[in-house]
Amino acid sequence: MHMADALLSPAVGGAMWAGSLGMIIYCAKKLKEKMDEKMIPLMGVFGAFIFAGQMINFTIPMTGSSGHIGGGMLLAVLLGPYAAFLVIASVLTIQALFFADGGLLALGANIWNLGIYPCFIGFPLVYRAIVRKNASPKIITIASVLSVVIGLQLGAVSVIVETKLSGITELPFNTFLALMQPIHLAIGIIEGFITAGIIMYVRTLRPDIVNDLEGVKTLSSGASLKKILAVMAILAVITGGALSWFASTNPDGLEWAVEKIYGKPEVPERASPVKESLSKIQEKTAVLPDYSLPSKGKEEAQPSWPAGDTGTSISGVIGAIMVLGLVVLFGVGIKLMQKFRAKP
Amino acid sequence: MTFDLEYFNIGYLDTLSYKTTFVHRLDPRIKILVSFTFILFVVSFPKYELSSLLPFFIYPVFLLTAGEIPFRAIAKKVLFISPFAIFIGIFNPLLDTSVIVKPFGVPVTGGWISFFTIILKFILTVSTALLLIAVTSFPGICEALERLRFPKIFVIQLLFLYRYLFVLLEESLRMIRAREARSFGKKGKEMKTFVRLISVLLIRSVERAERIYQAMVSRGFRGEIRVLKRHRLRYYDILFAIISISMFYLFRNFDIVNFIGNNLNRYMR
Repeated sequence: MHMADALLSPAVGGAMWAGSLGMIIYCAKKLKEKMDEKMIPLMGVFGAFIFAGQMINFTIPMTGSSGHIGGGMLLAVLLGPYAAFLVIASVLTIQALFFADGGLLALGANIWNLGIYPCFIGFPLVYRAIVRKNASPKIITIASVLSVVIGLQLGAVSVIVETKLSGITELPFNTFLALMQPIHLAIGIIEGFITAGIIMYVRTLRPDIVNDLEGVKTLSSGASLKKILAVMAILAVITGGALSWFASTNPDGLEWAVEKIYGKPEVPERASPVKESLSKIQEKTAVLPDYSLPSKGKEEAQPSWPAGDTGTSISGVIGAIMVLGLVVLFGVGIKLMQKFRAKP
Repeated sequence: MTFDLEYFNIGYLDTLSYKTTFVHRLDPRIKILVSFTFILFVVSFPKYELSSLLPFFIYPVFLLTAGEIPFRAIAKKVLFISPFAIFIGIFNPLLDTSVIVKPFGVPVTGGWISFFTIILKFILTVSTALLLIAVTSFPGICEALERLRFPKIFVIQLLFLYRYLFVLLEESLRMIRAREARSFGKKGKEMKTFVRLISVLLIRSVERAERIYQAMVSRGFRGEIRVLKRHRLRYYDILFAIISISMFYLFRNFDIVNFIGNNLNRYMR
């Protein structure tokens, strides 16, 4: 369920990064106000615990395949939403770097999808609304299954929306939803039961931990829920506005794409402000204006590579092989240089 | 992936990142910024751009060779291509069946081109992320994040997470081994046992965090980690950034592949 760089456009990826970054800064500020330094090692160790815990697998009932925990809601319950969000963001950062789960651009989207929903929807609006002090095991189970399922469903829908907005997949929205939704429902139910089990087991073995941590939690959540929701709403409006603006300058679809295939259309494809300002600079600083370098900018009138033209297709293939060859040569060159330098 | 594989993979990337080649010595901020720009440029291509992506391989190849990173270490991980990208991408050839190019008379549909574009983008972005961590130590990345104005609390606990990652991984490795030694086949992996194992791991982690905190306080911790060695921007850091980003810009806006191909084709005739 990790989003991947390859499925995102710069606009969507950037917008999700902006949203997640805003939330990281907001949470850090919130924590700073009320925190004792004790929380810092606790957060770090909990992040490491999530990794270590994911290494231990279990048999999924009725299927025989094995799975591991996600841990988002568990963190929210034990640490409170602000600290939990930062820990989830860190876990995802390490996964993006060391396991290449998703990638650096998709990291923003992943933090949003897997962090925001458990921490700021599932936990405060569902879990805490149901669980009171000294809640019975049944209530805890119901609350954690419900909150995890809701969090995961929202995350899954976000993945679909982000992929669709990026215009990468041909899958229609409904089919996509039908593919994603049941899987995440099943994952959510199992994860919910496990979360409840862990909370209750830890509570019986070391009640002080849960109480301690609940103390921290009540410090950092509660009254400011309205504020969180306000921030979320503002972020959502900004993100949504940015996305729809990009989407509208972004006539997606087969028509122009097929027509201009390899013609490098001027259509502000995946239009990003970077690209726009870059092309302005390009116009001003064109080095070889008269030369026939097929600039992607101004040649929409004459498709430089019409569909089905065998001759030009072949030159495309030749060009591709040449470029790959050059890249390999470049690498070999560096290697040779290193050897040369190492010898004397 | 098995436990050992994952565990040693992180450890391996970690050891690689302490080499002292030219790319290792570059300022981490510059490496993060350039790699991020690289990914933005790569994903900015529309979905039918197969050939224009090829020149971009020069950046990962540069990091790989100049950083003296073994090719296999990266290739192995990239080949574990995220099932998710494939899962989403594989529908394109089924749904988009209009023929758009015919190289050598072989009809190729738009769906296959967009599928391979996704795969190519995937390889480029994933290998860059892995190479970034292979040529930059994790503390270096954290230092860069802090100086790029990420919140201090976030960065400090990220550092903690990384330090204790290895300790807790070994802890859970011991627990897994103990479980295997006491159970046959699929036994011992039921949810009930699992919940207890995880809970014990959790409690041990909390206790460890308490000990760590006490040890830190007695050594003068006041919510901040100080480091002696800090990177400074040097002229070749800036040179590296300028050269790489202008190259990405060139590759994005001029169709090098077609240019070379056309000229060669004309020349051969």
